[in-house]
Amino acid sequence: MNEEELVEYFRAQMRKDPDMASAVAAIRTLLEFLKRDKGETILGLRESLTWATACLKGEDSSVAVSSGGELFLRFISLTSLEHQDLSRCKKVMEERGELFLEKISMSRNKVAKLCHTFIKDGAKILTHSYSRVVLRVLEKAAAEKKRFSVYVTESQPDAAGRQMAEALKKLNVPVTVVLDAAVGYVLEKVDLVIVGAEGVVESGGIINKIGTYQMALCSKAHNKPFYVVAESFKFVRLYPLNQQDVPDKFKVRLTSFVCFYFNNFPSLYPDLLTCASCPAQYKADTLKSIRNLSEEHPVIDYTPPSLITLLFTDLGVLTPSAVSDELIKLYL
Amino acid sequence: MCNSCAFYHFAAVFLSLNHLLHGYEKKGDIERAKSEGKELTKEEKQRLRKEKKQQKKSKEKKDDKVIQESGKETRGDSSAASPPQPSSQSTAQKAPSAVPPPVSVPAPEAPTPADKPAKSKAELKAERRARQEAERASKQSKKGDPGPQGAVSKSKAATNELQPVVKRLPEHIQVDNPDVLKKLAKKLERQQTPGQNSAKKIPLRLDYGYKVSLFSHLHQYSRKAPLTQQLSIPSTVIHPAIVRLGLQYSQGIVAGSNARSVALLHAFKQVIRDYTTPPNEELSRDLVNRLKPYISFLNQCRPLSASMGNAIKYVKKEISNIPSQCKEEEAKHKLLKCIECYIKDKIILAATAIAESSIEKISDGDVILIYGCSSLVNHILCEALEKNRKFRVIVVDSRPRLEGREALRRLVQRGISCTYVLISAVSYILPEVSKVFLGAHALLANGYVMSRVGTSQIALVAKAFNVPVLVCCETYKFCERVQTDSFVSNELDDPDDLIVTRNGHTQLENWQQEPSLGLLNLVYDVTPPDFVDLVITELGMIPCTSVPVVLRVKNVDQ
Repeated sequence: MNEEELVEYFRAQMRKDPDMASAVAAIRTLLEFLKRDKGETILGLRESLTWATACLKGEDSSVAVSSGGELFLRFISLTSLEHQDLSRCKKVMEERGELFLEKISMSRNKVAKLCHTFIKDGAKILTHSYSRVVLRVLEKAAAEKKRFSVYVTESQPDAAGRQMAEALKKLNVPVTVVLDAAVGYVLEKVDLVIVGAEGVVESGGIINKIGTYQMALCSKAHNKPFYVVAESFKFVRLYPLNQQDVPDKFKVRLTSFVCFYFNNFPSLYPDLLTCASCPAQYKADTLKSIRNLSEEHPVIDYTPPSLITLLFTDLGVLTPSAVSDELIKLYL
Repeated sequence: MCNSCAFYHFAAVFLSLNHLLHGYEKKGDIERAKSEGKELTKEEKQRLRKEKKQQKKSKEKKDDKVIQESGKETRGDSSAASPPQPSSQSTAQKAPSAVPPPVSVPAPEAPTPADKPAKSKAELKAERRARQEAERASKQSKKGDPGPQGAVSKSKAATNELQPVVKRLPEHIQVDNPDVLKKLAKKLERQQTPGQNSAKKIPLRLDYGYKVSLFSHLHQYSRKAPLTQQLSIPSTVIHPAIVRLGLQYSQGIVAGSNARSVALLHAFKQVIRDYTTPPNEELSRDLVNRLKPYISFLNQCRPLSASMGNAIKYVKKEISNIPSQCKEEEAKHKLLKCIECYIKDKIILAATAIAESSIEKISDGDVILIYGCSSLVNHILCEALEKNRKFRVIVVDSRPRLEGREALRRLVQRGISCTYVLISAVSYILPEVSKVFLGAHALLANGYVMSRVGTSQIALVAKAFNVPVLVCCETYKFCERVQTDSFVSNELDDPDDLIVTRNGHTQLENWQQEPSLGLLNLVYDVTPPDFVDLVITELGMIPCTSVPVVLRVKNVDQ
């Protein structure tokens, strides 16, 4: 399987099930890659898997894809590779891969089960941008016949909050879209804040869509609980000290960023061509200039653990300091 | 208080009186015991012991007169036992089990009863007692004694022997309790090979100067009176390498957590090389017993650090694990290898691993603030320079040690651009700083960082300015202790260090004459985990609250 096939398979997975997390799609792709791999040695296999993960990271530079890929690799290589026969080894790895995939497909439901009890009847919830996990949690709470209303931030630059509002309207949940700048204004009416996460870092902090840090700071000032829902494959071995310390590759989501700016300021990018369904194509030199701008406008930010009350994961309900404990168990 | 002084003098004079523990016996019993010249069997001794304990529980205290009288008597029963010795003091903590500190066994194995008749041959009895003690000591060392100061903690067990042993305070932080001092002196005298002349004992270092009341429970020694002056020459009790090491510690020639541990381990290697097993003894037991007086001596020179404590624990464990069939040469060779491995793995390789992780956190254009002279932090900065990171350093320093100058010298020699300030200017300079790197003396089990005094101040100010604080610490410095403030356990340095001469005037020269003036020279302080953003160890980067997790993982490994 070469690079184009890999990327195409990944994109196909994403298109097939838009509800699936990008990390899950990446792991499916890696599993498929493993099945089709014609390597002769275990070491060669590991190397090609690492290469495949790197390709996927190039395609979708989100934190979740990188952490998911790493965890997949660790999970399948934890198997005792005592079998002399390569094909048997591969079979074991594939089985473990399938098992891993199955586990993480259930993770969203596990999280929802843990979290919906924290939503009391009559609660007002504030959430940020479009998160499928938060949606799942709210679905479960609605299914439990709880009455609650939701405030969603618009979350520019891609206005993903509106998508969330549409989904919630379908659940018959009263929802209000607020400006990103109105978070401080609305917090006094709100009872709790629930956000998703793109990645959970070693310190117990999270990496999420830009605007989360502000929301966390405001909720701390108002003494409102700030809850994070995340699956365990999003745990990543990063330890940012501050916003600047988050690696640049996570901060840029070229496609969505370019879409926004291109849609609103087409005159700025005369070199860009676009077609209706696929993301903007660009020339190499324009790419560089876009990069410079994007350093000022990252798509994600880092929320330190001191602002987070609890994290709901499929490993259980954790305090931020317990995340390090879990990570040590997972990785060491 | 004067009672105890008088008594102490007596103890020094009557060297057979090397039992400074408190027991309660009627004067009559003592004399009766002396007059009878019988020996008792073990069972009878045990019965008598129990009886004595019963008696003790319902006894009253004795006064001076009785001390002096009993002091004049030639004590047949020496050492180990709780001597039939009335004490003028009685504090609430008086435990009936007057067990000597190194033998921290609970009450049941209490000393022989006072009314056990004195032997006519005092030496034989002393020998037997010493043998009993050696046995107890080896038993106790096998239990994993956490160092000399921990030993005493169990000696003050609950009155009822059936109750679980209540952990009390270690002796090194009970200096204002005269009974504990007596115990310490007694323990030092005891730590010699049996039958030796007691002139070759380990001396007890006396405190110097007035101690500030909040810290009166700690030792305060003067650098001008090193312990070695009180040692007789030749001293066969303590190996010369250890004497040299003790002197280097007390004079401050070897300073810094890593340096002290490495020096200690090298001295132990020398001790092991020169060691020969005496006949009829096992290397694994005897060597541990040999090390005990050395450790007490070093502790007197300068209180042991947490890293040294862990190193000693490791060495003792390795020694006790030597199988008995092992030949001496082989065993010694094995031990030397173990110690070398320990130094290499836990200190040198750990420093390399930590440097690698830390370099990721240093980006170009950084302004890094460091405090004092930490060997690990200096190593990290030099490695970062090798990897061509562009940064500059601000060195913060404080009196009286002025260790920052050493760090400054080392860094400037490598070509790193540095700024030097005193700690009073830290809030002035902090807006320029992007990161703070701190070294640690020890990391406590509740996540607190114990380091040179002034560290917590810097961490506090850095937090106020939202500057990330990174602590670099090897895992061998993690200790099980829990401490939330800097008072309960600390080290007091020589107060005369604070005296400074400027323009020919020395203001504090006669500070001892001022009754209401005290000089306080603290060495360590503890920083709460809220102020520390990241701890870099050789296992990776962990938040401060994960220290107990690492300790747990380490214990599982062992």
